[in-house]
Amino acid sequence: MTRSTYREAIRLALATALEADSRVLLMGEDVGRYGGAYAVSKGLLERFGPERIRDTPLSESGFLGAGIGAALGGLRPIVEIMTVNFSLLALDQVVNNAATLRHMSGGQLGVPLVVRMATGGGRQLAAQHSHSLEGWYAHVPGIKVLAPATVQDAHDMLLAALADADPVFIFEHQLLYPTEGDLDPARGPATIGQALVRREGSDVSLVTYGGSLGKALAASDELAQAGISAEVLELRTLRPLDVEAIEATVTKTHRLVIIDEGWKTGSFSAEIAALVAERVFYELDAPIARVCSAEVPIPYAKHLEDAALPQVPAIVVAAKELLGRG
Amino acid sequence: MIATRARALALLEQMFLIRRLEEKCAEVYSAGKIRGFLHLYIGEEAVAVGAMAALDAADNVVATYREHGHALARGLTPTAVMAEMYGKATGCSRGRGGSMHLFSTPHRFFGGHAIVGGGLPVAVGLALADSMLGREGVTACFFGDGAVDEGEFHESLNLAALWRLPVLFVCENNLYAMGTALERHESVTDLCVKPRAYGIPAENVDGMDLFAVEAATAHAVSEVRRHRSPFFLEAKTYRFRAHSMYDAEAYRSREEVAEWAQKHDPIDLAVAELTRRGLIDGAEPAAIDLRVRAAVERACEEADAAPLEPVGDLLRDVLAPEVG
Repeated sequence: MTRSTYREAIRLALATALEADSRVLLMGEDVGRYGGAYAVSKGLLERFGPERIRDTPLSESGFLGAGIGAALGGLRPIVEIMTVNFSLLALDQVVNNAATLRHMSGGQLGVPLVVRMATGGGRQLAAQHSHSLEGWYAHVPGIKVLAPATVQDAHDMLLAALADADPVFIFEHQLLYPTEGDLDPARGPATIGQALVRREGSDVSLVTYGGSLGKALAASDELAQAGISAEVLELRTLRPLDVEAIEATVTKTHRLVIIDEGWKTGSFSAEIAALVAERVFYELDAPIARVCSAEVPIPYAKHLEDAALPQVPAIVVAAKELLGRG
Repeated sequence: MIATRARALALLEQMFLIRRLEEKCAEVYSAGKIRGFLHLYIGEEAVAVGAMAALDAADNVVATYREHGHALARGLTPTAVMAEMYGKATGCSRGRGGSMHLFSTPHRFFGGHAIVGGGLPVAVGLALADSMLGREGVTACFFGDGAVDEGEFHESLNLAALWRLPVLFVCENNLYAMGTALERHESVTDLCVKPRAYGIPAENVDGMDLFAVEAATAHAVSEVRRHRSPFFLEAKTYRFRAHSMYDAEAYRSREEVAEWAQKHDPIDLAVAELTRRGLIDGAEPAAIDLRVRAAVERACEEADAAPLEPVGDLLRDVLAPEVG
């Protein structure tokens, strides 16, 4: 067990994979000489060379599509997209090719591709670098969507993605890169599709993922001081979703607050709410609550950005209201 | 150059097969046996047949939604293709793809792509894999003049040139992006200018001339193999049929189509050239035609008799099967 940042944990997993399998390569904008926009791949070019740590032109659709073709051809590419908003330029390749080729070919093809990208707000980067669109990706059958929230998962989920036979998209919240945590590099690949209870509780369930996990845990601390026992369930994987874990926590606490940095309308939080309503409606003692981003392109000014994103006080208020303690 | 009589006749037979199979497709489409979009290649047969003749089994092929001809020329059986269009479990994509999405990994035939330009980045990636894994293969990527409008075209050419990847880009310029004429969708209509801007050598060829296409492709492929870098071949061709089965062809005149069909039919031109060279006698084209028509009938019968995929298997092949 060592101490590591989230960024270093991803870098270690990348290096381990590059060391272990000559078919693995990392490609993306400024992953080589620059060292990665978020410094994740710093030093890897020197170790593994420009063929395998491959700087690309600013051609998201072109190089993500090339990653798909390279995967079809027998390589195990990891494509880094600088930030989720840029990934929209490659959405054709994601939805029309990566997600469809296995099915459309009657099972003949497979696309063992890993795509990593930064997501989320909180750094005053305004409306073209701050959104949380992983819920859109989770809409699409044929791909898997991971959102590591801890240092250990940042490492283990990348290994799991590389071991997978299908396209796996990893969303790394940009506020997490400098965070520190314990890392056991030998634990092995994470289990894709498994949510984890990060804090046990009995009065209300806070269901979240990615960059909002820390906020949910902080809210649970505050709630504890008010005598409310909040369980925190971290989804970890948005697709395939661990529906049983959501059912279990709702069945245990009978109250649900969903925290998601995506917008509410037509969203992943709406999907969780719908699943709970479909499957464990009679377990609920109160309406489902959601704490999400305001319905606005994320603004630049700090006070406005703070107001637009889910924050700890809003989670606390939502949980208390479900308990009639608002 | 197509060296032997046997080889020339085999290529002529492939052109006949594509023509007759597609005529049959249009017929059974009207009868409701084939549904969805159906894009016929009739008129353009010399491009796929000539180009595939220059490729090896280890090469990769990426094609478009107008790919029946490419699939057949690559060696997929008429039954596998027809059964796919009939939506049957024995189709080359198990009935999941249909006319626009034919696939066959044994033939290294990677589709069947119906997003214009979407196949080009995939072709670049296949070539990257060959390059990094030390394989000798070439990736041939077919697309139309409409794809040249797309950003993915430019991104892909730039990548292939920058990384020196063995891709043969084959642009089938049939003068129309669906219903929009070349001069109405391209600011510069000399398409070879564009690859040259990326440092990719480019040539054009009469796409109605089987022998010219075969020779030009053989040269292009040898250049790709020799330099392990991309090459762009523009085949100037013409589609004799509508864009799809729902196209009233308001954008071009009947006279224009008739003139192309009368003067530039690639099968007529190939027969005339083989006759001129003394490689074929007067009765042979008709014999080939008969043989091909019988094969198409057989393919239809087999497709008709083939089983449907059970609905219980609807969700298979979305993800890889769970191991263990």
